Amino acid sequence: MSTETVAATDVARDGRTADSPVLEVTDLTVTFPGFDGNPDVHAVRGVSYAVGRGEVLGIVGESGSGKSVSSMAAMGLLPEHARITGSVLLHGEEILGLDDRAMAAKRGKVISMVFQDPLSGLTPVYTVGDQLAEAVLVHDPKTPKAKAHDRAVELLDLVGIPNAAQRYRSFPHEFSGGMRQRVMIAMAMANNPDVIICDEPTTALDVTIQAQILDLLRTAQNETGAAIVMITHDLGVVAGFVDRVLVMYAGRPVEIGTVDEIYYSSRMPYTMGLLGAVPRMDLDRQGALVPIKGTPPSLSHLPPGCPFAPRCPIAQPECEAAEPELLAIGSQPSAEAIRLAHADGGTAPGSTGVHDTGVQRVACIRSGEIADRGWTAQDIYPVPEIPDVPAADVPREDRPEMLRVEGLVKHHALNKGMVFKRRVGTVYAVDGIDFDIREGETLALVGESGCGKSTTLMQIMDLEKPQSGSVSVMGKDVTTLGKSGRFALRRDMQIVFQDPMSSLDPRMPVFDIIAEPLRAHRTGTAEVTRRVYELIQLVGLDPEHATRFPSEFSGGQRQRIGIARALALEPKLLVLDEPVSALDVSIQAGVVNLLEELQARLGLSYLFVAHDLSVVRHIADRVAVMYLGRIVEIGDTRSVYSRPAHPYTQALLSAIPIPDPEKERARTHIVLDGDLPSPANPPSGCRFRTRCQKFITLSDTEKDTCVNVEPQILATNGGDQGAACHYAERRQVV
Amino acid sequence: MGKFLARRLLNYVVLIFLATSFAYLLAATNLYPRGYFEQMQPPPTAEVINAQLDTLNLNDETPLAERYAVWLGGVVQGDFGQSIQGRDVTPQIWMKAGVTLRLITFATVLGAAVGIAVGAYSAVRQYRRFDKASTAVAFFVLSVPTVVIAISVQVGATAINDLVGFQLLIFSGEYSAGFRGEWWQLLLNRIHHALLPTIVLALSLFAAFARYQRNMMLDVLNADFVRTAMAKGLTRRRALFKHALRTALIPTITYFTFTFGIMVSGATFTEKIYGWHGMGAWLIDSISQHDVHVVAAVSFFMAVTVMAASFLSDILYAWLDPRVRV
Repeated sequence: MSTETVAATDVARDGRTADSPVLEVTDLTVTFPGFDGNPDVHAVRGVSYAVGRGEVLGIVGESGSGKSVSSMAAMGLLPEHARITGSVLLHGEEILGLDDRAMAAKRGKVISMVFQDPLSGLTPVYTVGDQLAEAVLVHDPKTPKAKAHDRAVELLDLVGIPNAAQRYRSFPHEFSGGMRQRVMIAMAMANNPDVIICDEPTTALDVTIQAQILDLLRTAQNETGAAIVMITHDLGVVAGFVDRVLVMYAGRPVEIGTVDEIYYSSRMPYTMGLLGAVPRMDLDRQGALVPIKGTPPSLSHLPPGCPFAPRCPIAQPECEAAEPELLAIGSQPSAEAIRLAHADGGTAPGSTGVHDTGVQRVACIRSGEIADRGWTAQDIYPVPEIPDVPAADVPREDRPEMLRVEGLVKHHALNKGMVFKRRVGTVYAVDGIDFDIREGETLALVGESGCGKSTTLMQIMDLEKPQSGSVSVMGKDVTTLGKSGRFALRRDMQIVFQDPMSSLDPRMPVFDIIAEPLRAHRTGTAEVTRRVYELIQLVGLDPEHATRFPSEFSGGQRQRIGIARALALEPKLLVLDEPVSALDVSIQAGVVNLLEELQARLGLSYLFVAHDLSVVRHIADRVAVMYLGRIVEIGDTRSVYSRPAHPYTQALLSAIPIPDPEKERARTHIVLDGDLPSPANPPSGCRFRTRCQKFITLSDTEKDTCVNVEPQILATNGGDQGAACHYAERRQVV
Repeated sequence: MGKFLARRLLNYVVLIFLATSFAYLLAATNLYPRGYFEQMQPPPTAEVINAQLDTLNLNDETPLAERYAVWLGGVVQGDFGQSIQGRDVTPQIWMKAGVTLRLITFATVLGAAVGIAVGAYSAVRQYRRFDKASTAVAFFVLSVPTVVIAISVQVGATAINDLVGFQLLIFSGEYSAGFRGEWWQLLLNRIHHALLPTIVLALSLFAAFARYQRNMMLDVLNADFVRTAMAKGLTRRRALFKHALRTALIPTITYFTFTFGIMVSGATFTEKIYGWHGMGAWLIDSISQHDVHVVAAVSFFMAVTVMAASFLSDILYAWLDPRVRV
């Protein structure tokens, strides 16, 4: 550390002594030793941050960046074999290296944590209330059982569990994901801790539930006055929720600053790329996303110098000399100084024993230059030009129909009994939906989990006669097709799956994976070889990848293989089942761009199923919003997003946080009550009425219509947009 | 839940009926009771043999269906017929069952308890010395047939007895014949006799349970809910004990009850080698004596224990795991 920064640090620290940090992490490193000759994994390499009372710090990074591991280390929750160094001060007391008993006394009392997956986070064999009461009792065994019980009920009530006293005796499996996360938060709040660490608390939840949980976390903060460390990969969640942001990459903090500094004047190419890679729900014409080439480095084989240099568009030779420190903008050593130091045989200029000072600091040797020239992501990243779809000039009514679905129904029977099955109910998975897709067009089916979007997809891909209604592909009704007709039609309609890990056969090399559909349709050997290499290049892979196995690829590359396989037979319609939801933001951008480019070049039509409405706005021409097996609103993306008419669409769009702090702070979210009703027992009339924010404002006679009459989709703007609501009213919510 | 169990119970009754009937029919068609009498010295006349077989309902000249009907009529009234020596089978079932159940109850409880403790602990210490040692022992025991273990233990006991100069370890019989004394002396005498066969049975059970519990425990060791428990403020040890072990015990306990049912026939070798007159030994003897009714009776008993065990495991599962309660 240079002398100026030491002085600057001291000044800054003095300025903050009035409100000394509750949790201060300094130069934390975590290494998992490799067993059996495997190299060590350097999961965290020098993290420093401080959070004060009532402050919210966001830690942002992609998977494998060390953001979760660093907070688990602070909680003392890592396995024994992890090697941890550095310092973690809780109220000025060193807690790193405390034995398990001493640490257990702090956990849950002074510092507590909310985890990502609420479904597996609660012990299945104890009641929710007992587990909550245990959190109270474990820190004060002398508390009478009855008092702990009362406190647990009070907490359940506080986090918004209806009928708390009765639900005390429920088991975790009787709760939905959102409710379980509420219980987890109640648990974290139980002893009024001073720090709450939230590790991706909303990642596993649907957007409307996410909005509820974020609301609740704000309540929890007000209630306890705790400092919050919010770990997430979702830049939207961070924008509206946190005060300061720490960006991590490859186990190291690469930028830290206030949320406005990071979002509006980031000086680190990685952060800039990340922000540019996020599809925006609030922007109409965003243009191509910023793709960050390559993949994050392996934490056991780090490149020399800056770990981001291999992916950085403005990397210089000096970047590879030494790993840059996290310094204030303008304090980085010059390129010459680094060259000199490197020539002297010096490696990294010492570890970063830096305290968090509260000012924006960046680990990039060109940060000063970026600040001076005012570069943005679009300036430094080569953004691909995506040509327009050739068919876009023709009005959609005149373009040929690729897929038409009318009144499609898929009900599952609920059976009981093993020998003599009898029907006890019906799951109305898909209950009469209509839509069509024209040439060169993308229709997105969106909705929360359980709304029937995947069932719709599978029913279409089946090419079988539906239970009711009709499906026609390229003008051919599938019910009229024989076996050979179906086989021939499959050429024109291919699918890309959600999980790139499990949708590729791990025992097949890439060449065989892509060649399989061609061989199934009896293509000649020479033609197969030519076509496979053509496809490999088309999706942006190297020809030399053909002989490798799926396990050697990253998630984004695997998804490209999946796309190549789907394109092998030159289909006209591609069905995409959440194709990017398993990918990190920077990787997702590349795949989204690829899909847009392929559509333009090959004139494809897409049926795109997704729950991420931001991606949908970016890629889709038309969007259909589903709720409990029905389409509630359909129309061109622009109209639906700018002026949604159905209350559910409005709530859905309103619930999504926008990665823009100023906009996000100014917004008010519509927070829906409760969970999705069971599709086995949908409400009468309008299915959304039980959660509808509009329903409660209606008069009793108006309500009667909602309860008794099922609304049909009616045009709301005289054009393409239509909504299934008796009281549809177009309004802006984003 | 009650309805579900009642239906299960009905299923089991049908299965027991089928199993016992098949056993009877198989024994009646394949065993040759006539041969048992023909071998007698001096050989009885054919008329005498036929008369004997008729009174026992074992005559192969009577149609099978008729014999089966007579036998079934008895069974329904709780009479399993007579053994080939002409003694009533039913009272003997209770006696032999007592012997076998005493042996396997202690052995399974002991083997399972030790196995669960060792398995759970070795999962916590995965790949450490304790885990490696217990894995090696468990696999060694699993790979050796029970017969070999039983005889090895006997040989070892003889060696120890020789070494100490008196009969420290007893490896034959259930109690000393003609032993007289207070009730506690009798009890002590029985325990003394039961020691070695119980250990033999427990040993192989221990191995199976240790492996099973280790796998179950490994599944939950890194479960999110254990982490949650620790985040609440439980120490690692307490979180593992109260949350991980409790959850990991569910499949093991149902496995335990099932094992118990299987053991009734599984203890055969041990009973034979240690001279215990239990169910298994009785079955072997009756087959060699062409004793159709005893074979059927033992099969009935085994079917009942297996079914009872799995019925119990259904109840236990529902009791232990709230997720399967309806």
